Amino acid sequence: MTRYLLRRLLIAVPSLLGISIILYTVLALAPGDPFGELASNPNVPPQVALALRAKFGLDDPVWLRYLHWLVAMLHGDWGFSFVSRIDVDRLILQRLPTTLLVIGSSQIVALLIALPVGVYSATRPYSVFDQIANTLAFIGFSLPTFFTGILFILVFSVTLHWLPIVYRADLAATGWRWYWEEFRQAAMPVAVLGLFQGASWTRYVRSAVLDVIRLDYVTTARAKGIAEFAVVTRHVVRNALIPVVTLVALSMPTVFGGAIVTEQIFRVPGIGSLLITSILANDTPVIMAVTFVFACLVILFNLLADVLYGWLDPRIVYR
Amino acid sequence: MNEEHLRSLIGAAKAGRVSRRAVVRRLVGLGLTAPFASLLLTHAGVAAEPGAFAYKPQKAGGGGALKLLYWQAPTLLNPHFAVGTKDQEGSRIFYEPLAGWDADGNLVPMLAEEIPDIENGGLSHDGRSVTWKLKKDVKWHDGQPFTADDVVFNWEYASDPATAATTIGSYQDVTVEKIDPSTVRVNFKKPMPFWADAFVGTQGMIIPKHLFEAYTGAKSRDAQTNLKPVGTGPYRFVDFDPGDRVRGERNPDYHLANRPYFDTIEMKGGGDAVSAARAVIQTGEYDYAWNLQVEDEILQRLEKGAGAKGRVEITPGGNIEQIQLNSTDPWTEVDGERSSIKTTHPLLSDPAVRQALGMLVDRDSVQKYIYGRTGVATGNFINNPARFVSKDTHWEFSIDKASEVLEQGGWKRGPDGIRTKDGKQLKLVFQTSINAPRQKNQAIVKQACQKAGIEMELKSVTASVYFSSDVANPDTYAKFYCDMQMYTTTMTEPDPSRFMRQFLTSEIAAKANKWQGRNITRWHSAEYDDAFAAAEGELDPVKRAALFIKMNDLVVNGQAVIPDVYRPRVSGISRQLRAHLTGWDNDVWDLRNWYRET
Repeated sequence: MTRYLLRRLLIAVPSLLGISIILYTVLALAPGDPFGELASNPNVPPQVALALRAKFGLDDPVWLRYLHWLVAMLHGDWGFSFVSRIDVDRLILQRLPTTLLVIGSSQIVALLIALPVGVYSATRPYSVFDQIANTLAFIGFSLPTFFTGILFILVFSVTLHWLPIVYRADLAATGWRWYWEEFRQAAMPVAVLGLFQGASWTRYVRSAVLDVIRLDYVTTARAKGIAEFAVVTRHVVRNALIPVVTLVALSMPTVFGGAIVTEQIFRVPGIGSLLITSILANDTPVIMAVTFVFACLVILFNLLADVLYGWLDPRIVYR
Repeated sequence: MNEEHLRSLIGAAKAGRVSRRAVVRRLVGLGLTAPFASLLLTHAGVAAEPGAFAYKPQKAGGGGALKLLYWQAPTLLNPHFAVGTKDQEGSRIFYEPLAGWDADGNLVPMLAEEIPDIENGGLSHDGRSVTWKLKKDVKWHDGQPFTADDVVFNWEYASDPATAATTIGSYQDVTVEKIDPSTVRVNFKKPMPFWADAFVGTQGMIIPKHLFEAYTGAKSRDAQTNLKPVGTGPYRFVDFDPGDRVRGERNPDYHLANRPYFDTIEMKGGGDAVSAARAVIQTGEYDYAWNLQVEDEILQRLEKGAGAKGRVEITPGGNIEQIQLNSTDPWTEVDGERSSIKTTHPLLSDPAVRQALGMLVDRDSVQKYIYGRTGVATGNFINNPARFVSKDTHWEFSIDKASEVLEQGGWKRGPDGIRTKDGKQLKLVFQTSINAPRQKNQAIVKQACQKAGIEMELKSVTASVYFSSDVANPDTYAKFYCDMQMYTTTMTEPDPSRFMRQFLTSEIAAKANKWQGRNITRWHSAEYDDAFAAAEGELDPVKRAALFIKMNDLVVNGQAVIPDVYRPRVSGISRQLRAHLTGWDNDVWDLRNWYRET
């Protein structure tokens, strides 16, 4: 087990290096210029943009810039934002709590929907409940979040005036009122993301449970006279959920990565909106840091899912 | 305009027989723009009337929260590093310049005691210096006094190339000296007709010496105060998340009595312009929305909706959407660059073609079907302030006349309907950035051209590429490797001297200057260069305005560009909020006087 972990971690190093090289090259090749806005402003002499380019090393060759970035990253220096003129790690840390809160709760909502609905549908396949759940699940993951998001705003904010359009990281209220306001403003983004994720997970849970529920040992358990509820929870779900756990673990990086479209629509100041504004402003250090952290998380959670899998299913042996 | 009439009016105002406002109104009636009229009066020593703004609250504070929504969020709060308007707006909450520009183009004192003019001795007769008297008893938010040293420091800070300040253009060619603790003098190298640039408006916000002194030049990026502003403004800094929001609270020691009205202020950023319009006009969640680049049709629908909580405010400014005609040949490479100044355009060098194209831009339809209130059809390049607007230009849309001009110019229709002359077919490529209104605008032009026998190929480039200064990319607007192109040029000050540099021979964009020159059309004329040089040294505002009008006419009648529509500023504002907006300064320039009607 330890040897396995060690080997996986060692393999991760070259893959991360490869990922960073690809990311950096793509960004360097992409058109655009962080100081483009200065160039088209008649009040700013052209020398300013040139001086800034030189100051931030944008005129160096790509490989040299990459090496600078890599060495700095190894020292724990994430870089310096061209646009905000502050350190990138500060920018990211500022955005992290909101992202964790909004995306994290949407994943919990998704699980709370997917587990009961999926399991119940599978125990009564082709019943009326299953049919309805299936239809809704299909609708749920067919509708893109940018559509449901705008639909929600139209219904709940514009027409009914129940919920605010704009998400604010700082709420003026305190105590219970703070919780209520937080709930009100988070309700729409969390619902949009949660329903989307929940719908697709429901399908996975249902088919996983269906695979197991027909097996002989389940019939045996029923024949022993164990109550149906106990059969489902102790015998079926426990085995059926192993692939689902992997699935959930693999989607964890998105909790940190944020949801670009949804964050933009509701003005949630998360990592996703940081990434998109940085891309639009050609703020390479920030794009690099966010995407690289994301790559690290994907590799980490992949490993975690594999380890978890072995722990849940002892038949799997690590070599 | 009759100069004598003008002088007698100004004389009347000076003698106090007629109020300043009345004179401005009459001058505007005579065809001058308001900012111009008011500048004439200021020059003649007729000061702007104090209290022109009705500010009703009787005490400071008590106004609750003011919430501003910007669909682009400020990313830094040092006015000298502001990359875009958004950063200037964020900084302007906390920092103030010596004076700001109001909607009429008047200077309004902020940190200055009064506006310098000839009468009060602020302006020197030779136009080589301006002396600013500073307001006394102004304190920085940390309690330190604001003095002439701070003003001088801002000049040192911004003019040092190592600081890489974006405001360097306003400071590098002047010297600033301290006369006494509350007086500074700005010296110019040559007579300067437009003296109100350094320390004024968007470029003029003043940062405290005692907090930035240790961080000049290359160390400038390390200053903590870059993100935690300490200014003199009506609101004090609370906190800032770059790219998300800025918060402030009322400054109890503000140097103007009974101000400001609001207890807290929040500037939230991100999202898109349409939903920002919704949040102000439709749901009333926010009080003010900046720069609503939204189709007028949508804005009108929101405004007319039942229970609308806000309205749209249109503020005239100087930005213009223009179609540029290339003077050089974009299809032949000379010394490693296309559109080289050593070439001339094979088709557009014929005045008949240029004239015909001018008649084939249906500006009325562009205004009516695309921009509505947010883009006004125009035949001039300078559209504001009114004192610089030419009355001698005219434009019309007529396919028949355009065809006639082409016919007379020797361009005969071929069998495929495309006109030909000397074996050259009249085929043009027309580029712009990807943006729905611009693509519609291109289609309107193309349709008319086809009817007149001009084949037009449309090209659109992603905005991030088109407006970048990437030297390696052939599709940038500055390279102009195309026959015609369309985009908006901004005029940020109520004086066209910077704006009109873009037709100077010395400013031609070329490989040699890495395409950083401002003259994109490569159009040039000795007459224009002379007029510009004359305007640079002309201290009489009336003669100077005439020179700019002449330059406008040269550009427009010479068809260097085809003016399309001018773009006023569009904001969303709550029905209760009272705010004075201007096209010549930041939206929040007069934040101290904003209040809510109860």
